[in-house]
Amino acid sequence: MTERAWIASRKGLFELLQQNGRWTLGPIAFLGEPVSMVLADPRDGAVYAALNLGHFGVKLHRKDAGAAQWTEIAAPAYPRKPEDCADPVDWTVRFIWSLACGGADEPGVIWAGTLPGGLFRSTDRGASWTLMHSLWDAPERSEWFGGGYDVPGIHSICVDPRDSRHVLVGISCGGAWVTHDGGASWTLSARGMRANYLPPERGDDQNVQDPHRIVGARDTPDQLWCQHHNGIWRSANFGADWQEVSAAPLSNFGFAVAVHPADGNTAWFAPALADQTRIPTDAALTVTRTTDGGRSFTALRAGLPQQHCYDLVYRHGLAVADDGRTLLMASTTGGVWLSENGGDSWRTISSSMPPVYAVCFQ
Amino acid sequence: MATLIFTPQLARFTAAPLVHTDALTLRAGLEAAFLGNPRLRAYLLDEQGCLRPNVAIFIDGHAVRDHVRLDTPLTAHSKVHILQALSGG
Repeated sequence: MTERAWIASRKGLFELLQQNGRWTLGPIAFLGEPVSMVLADPRDGAVYAALNLGHFGVKLHRKDAGAAQWTEIAAPAYPRKPEDCADPVDWTVRFIWSLACGGADEPGVIWAGTLPGGLFRSTDRGASWTLMHSLWDAPERSEWFGGGYDVPGIHSICVDPRDSRHVLVGISCGGAWVTHDGGASWTLSARGMRANYLPPERGDDQNVQDPHRIVGARDTPDQLWCQHHNGIWRSANFGADWQEVSAAPLSNFGFAVAVHPADGNTAWFAPALADQTRIPTDAALTVTRTTDGGRSFTALRAGLPQQHCYDLVYRHGLAVADDGRTLLMASTTGGVWLSENGGDSWRTISSSMPPVYAVCFQ
Repeated sequence: MATLIFTPQLARFTAAPLVHTDALTLRAGLEAAFLGNPRLRAYLLDEQGCLRPNVAIFIDGHAVRDHVRLDTPLTAHSKVHILQALSGG
């Protein structure tokens, strides 16, 4: 049974606990500090929290299963930039935008995606990190650009549960990239996506796509879903190619997507009106759900604010638990909602939280 | 010996006691502090060795503007305050 979730916010990391059948906010860690990402590792019960301290930089902490305290561990860091390097990007971690567990067969492996676009891998539960030079040194990186931030960043890391060496990452803005050899080599994997925000002759360029978020299905891992800057795409072959899904109601703009762990045809989205108007359509918060692979969608509103609601759900602000029914959603203006029936109805956990960057179940 | 005085805000994250050093430059003085607590380095400097943008350092009351070389001379009587810049929120 799902009993715990985590909410990473601008002012701390909040635990959400199910007690006596009811979800309530519990202990707070790092109160007052920005927590940009949280990861619960099902392999060993550890939880990782990425801090983005305003003065003192990016830090990473881990809480082991059963431990009472958090322990600071190494944070990803770029190597020293060569003096003759022409790369205009500063080789400093701006913040950790994604964390993902390696496969079940590689205990201790953790992936981290960062701004300004570096992907890191740890084999020792975060005690040390290695920059994936194979991706960082790709000539195409010079064409990447910021999406939401002034530098590019890696926000999505999908590890194929059938083959831990098969990993896909999503980059805003640099498309999707895949490795089949554990990171030794990478190739673009955004064929089929289209960028409406660039001149038409560049629209199909895989390297300039802005996939806001890419999420896979645990039990049907070939199926990936992408909430893109200007639409929704899905893949039936782990990103080898992508098909646009145009049936979503209200808007095709948004950031978050969650995928049913056991059914890759079921996915949830949190649409916003438009790029230039990042509020819910008609100021009424709605989650959209497809259960047939994107042929049709249902707009889910029960329990969500339907008047004067201006909440925006960021990339990592929507998550589904292993049971495929329990959903958690949180916004940039501190709204937190939970559903225990696949989104059919929602309960407000809080409407006065700090801005939320990420949620996850444990 | 020069004295390095760290903002007490650092103590929320890592040890940063007073440091007395005969270092002749700011960077050497910081390195002396890092010898006592290696973790302190990443709180003050980024991975390129530059002072983090929102860390402020004053030497005998004068703000250090250079965040790259950190080669401002220290004297035996220098008082170095390492503070949070207000720009960091």
